[in-house]
Amino acid sequence: MAKRIDVSGLSAYYGNFRAIDDISMTVEPRSVTAFIGPSGCGKSTFLRTLNRMHEVTTGGRVEGKVMLDDEDLYGPGVDPVSVRRTIGMVFQRPNPFPTMSIYDNVAAGLRLNGDAKKKDLDEIVERSLKGANLWNEVKDRLNRPGSGLSGGQQQRLCIARAIAVEPQVLLMDEPCSALDPISTLAIEDLIGELKSRFTIVIVTHNMQQAARVSDRTAFFNLAEVGAPGKLIEIDDTERIFSNPSVQATEDYISGRFG
Amino acid sequence: MATETPPATAGPTAPQPVKGANGAKGATRKGDRIFLGLSRGSGITLLVIMAAIAVFLTWRAALAINADEASFLTSFEWDANATPPRFGIAVLAFGTVVSSIIAMVLAVPIAVGIALFISHYAPRKLATPLGYVIDLLAAVPSIVYGLWGALFLVPHLTGLYEWLDQYLGWTGLFTYEGGAARSLFTVGILLAIMILPIVTNVSREVFRQSPKMQEEAALALGATRWEVIRMSVLPFGRSGVISASMLGLGRALGETMAVATVLSPSFLIKASLLEPGGGTFAQNIAAGFKEAGSMGRDALIASGLVLFVITLLVNGAARLIIARRKEYSGANA
Amino acid sequence: MSQTAVADAPVDGAAPPLPRLRQPRLPRWAPAGLAALAAALGIGIGLVAGLDSRIQWGLIAAALYVVLTAGIAGAVEGVRQAKDRLATSVIWVCFLLAVVPLASLLWETAARGVKVLDGYFLTHSMSGVITMEPGGGIYHALIGTMEQVGLATLIAAPIGLLTAIYLVEYGTGRLAKAITFFVDVMTGIPSIVAGLFILSFWIIILGFGYSGFAGALALAILMMPIVVRSTEEMLKLVPNELREASLALGVPKWKTILKVVLPTAVGGITTGIMLAVARIAGESAPILLLVFGSAEINNNPFEGAQSSLPYYIYEQWALGNEPSYDRAWAAALVLIAFVMILNLVARGIARWKAPKH
Repeated sequence: MAKRIDVSGLSAYYGNFRAIDDISMTVEPRSVTAFIGPSGCGKSTFLRTLNRMHEVTTGGRVEGKVMLDDEDLYGPGVDPVSVRRTIGMVFQRPNPFPTMSIYDNVAAGLRLNGDAKKKDLDEIVERSLKGANLWNEVKDRLNRPGSGLSGGQQQRLCIARAIAVEPQVLLMDEPCSALDPISTLAIEDLIGELKSRFTIVIVTHNMQQAARVSDRTAFFNLAEVGAPGKLIEIDDTERIFSNPSVQATEDYISGRFG
Repeated sequence: MATETPPATAGPTAPQPVKGANGAKGATRKGDRIFLGLSRGSGITLLVIMAAIAVFLTWRAALAINADEASFLTSFEWDANATPPRFGIAVLAFGTVVSSIIAMVLAVPIAVGIALFISHYAPRKLATPLGYVIDLLAAVPSIVYGLWGALFLVPHLTGLYEWLDQYLGWTGLFTYEGGAARSLFTVGILLAIMILPIVTNVSREVFRQSPKMQEEAALALGATRWEVIRMSVLPFGRSGVISASMLGLGRALGETMAVATVLSPSFLIKASLLEPGGGTFAQNIAAGFKEAGSMGRDALIASGLVLFVITLLVNGAARLIIARRKEYSGANA
Repeated sequence: MSQTAVADAPVDGAAPPLPRLRQPRLPRWAPAGLAALAAALGIGIGLVAGLDSRIQWGLIAAALYVVLTAGIAGAVEGVRQAKDRLATSVIWVCFLLAVVPLASLLWETAARGVKVLDGYFLTHSMSGVITMEPGGGIYHALIGTMEQVGLATLIAAPIGLLTAIYLVEYGTGRLAKAITFFVDVMTGIPSIVAGLFILSFWIIILGFGYSGFAGALALAILMMPIVVRSTEEMLKLVPNELREASLALGVPKWKTILKVVLPTAVGGITTGIMLAVARIAGESAPILLLVFGSAEINNNPFEGAQSSLPYYIYEQWALGNEPSYDRAWAAALVLIAFVMILNLVARGIARWKAPKH
């Protein structure tokens, strides 16, 4: 059920400040696309425009088109709540609901939509936790609070929560930046498994990570501090890391700046 | 809730090398000793005042209660100036509790609503000035609320009273036979309006601190704005709202002048909340003070002591909840 | 809790588990339109049913608005959206419900207060005024308030300030814990209880008479915990590096506190004290018990009855005739203005003197 995302001419603003400028790209279904670039280049902002989370921040607004297969996410009459339900998101820092148990965290999205018979729910929770490689670690304490888990486990819990509603696309905003190397590895393995079912977009600061997990990589940059971020190029990950077509990409990847 | 934090015992003082020398040896400079003595003395003065309040009120109250010929806790009479004196706090306790409950029932949901309005619904340009206005309203003196209540609110409530009598009169709680609306119910409404700003302020502060991360998580799952609030803001802010309500309750229980101006008191407990009559601890003190002889004053002090203890319990409960919440949120930080 | 509450939304039978992106939505003007409709209906019903209380009109309109939005949204947009709309409209109604009485309070006070408020009113007492007739003023009450609040501040501010210094700069042991706890307790004392304490201690037991000073003592008790709390907060904001830098230069601790810590926090401390002054300036209950009230000018706060602005309002209200009501409103306006100005100036100082980073 994974879908293709087609972005054309997209700019995003915070109030009067233009954070990203005129971005067009295609995200292929059932693949992992990584966004890399220096801090402040707008890659996270761009990610948040893909499920209409950008407009939640005060003053946030978007121009341009984001087509999910053949529907424009910013078209008239499109319900942002449904958009977010269709395009899941995992955040930089693990954010399980502190007052809910592990089970309830995973079930939270399903319960919102009401399709929640107890037996089905048990099944979906188990499937999602298995899908997030967390089941074996938590199956005996599903009723304990999610905040009692380690950072890496919490992040996998958040992934389980996101995939439980069977979204078509999964957005990940630096999902490993708050985790230790071992937990990071676990998440990267998980991303490799999930891409057979979902279209995945991941923002990362870590170029090795982009090289390890992604099929395609997009490089973002900004001319100077205060200028809007731009998409420099997007290509197969292998090409970006071996033979990029833009000099700036090569400079960034070889560590000359950023 | 920045104002509720305990003193920074470990914070600013810990790394200061002079500290140990100050208390222990006394071999330090004269200036230091004097200054420490002054500041410690002030702190001790505060403790002494608190102790004195408890001691003197209890002492006078004990004198009065010993002389009381009626049961202090259950009697409906208040003839403290008679010989022998007969007085009891049953009517006052009833009135205080009932009017405060009405105030809480009316004010807390509305205050939570306004707090959510300011923290999550109002456009930013409206939210900041609104916060200021609520701050200012919290500073309006209670006598002004009392004046407004007596001269504006009371005449405007008769319509509502008739309506309540017509449709809810069968419950017995809301029968109304005309006359000025100077009842415990009006007191409850006025107290609700008075504590609204303080409950709103504290709740708003708590809601504003609710973690953005969890709100975004709920949004990203496809939650509507209300569902976001149900999933992440309200669970986070619940204990804060409870303690805000307790602080409001403490104010309502001890409010004097606004009640004294609005209520038409009597030493009777009426079944109908809309009938004039009843009284509260604070109102009775204000109303009965000028006519009171020496035994009368001691009797009023005894009723004041009861009020003091009740407000202490309520405020203590509020502090406990705040302290517990701090541990809880600290563990998750 | 929240999860059970959202669980009862019915199954969206159309296309589980994925919703269509395009959902039927109400137009953007729907809430405003419905609000206008509800207001019109409320007024209409009120007129037809002959309800004479405007409060009822408003309540009917508010209830109609809530029901209408929820109903229409439920029919067009589905249950979840309807709940969201319901919550939004309830919250708006809460806001309006609260604004009406509070705005009315300010409006009534201002409108009725200006009637007799003039230079004469501010500069004359009630001495020799027949209360049934217009005339007289609040001069004696202003004097009383100024003296009582001034004395209370003179007592409470130094004790509060020094206590806060002790708690932040010195206190670590049991004494500090006890003080912190009892400052909290003190914050919750009803003003009438503070008044009763001074009554039992100062007037009944020590045998002093009613005076402005007795009132000031009670006000000081109410003021102390507020000053301690706010000063404590401000002192804690002073960065520790400043203290260490000063101590490292060999400056004794007490001088460090006086010359480095206090000047850094002076803005916030002033704000706290001014807010506390604004708070006690409106207290009338202790004045009633301890200062007794008077129609005459009494410049001596240590001897004999005085009046005060809040007490004056109460007294004029209690007289129960129109000229007295007018005086009460005018005094209330003066009192509100005084408190608001103190608040605004205090906040201004806080902003102006805020530590710059």
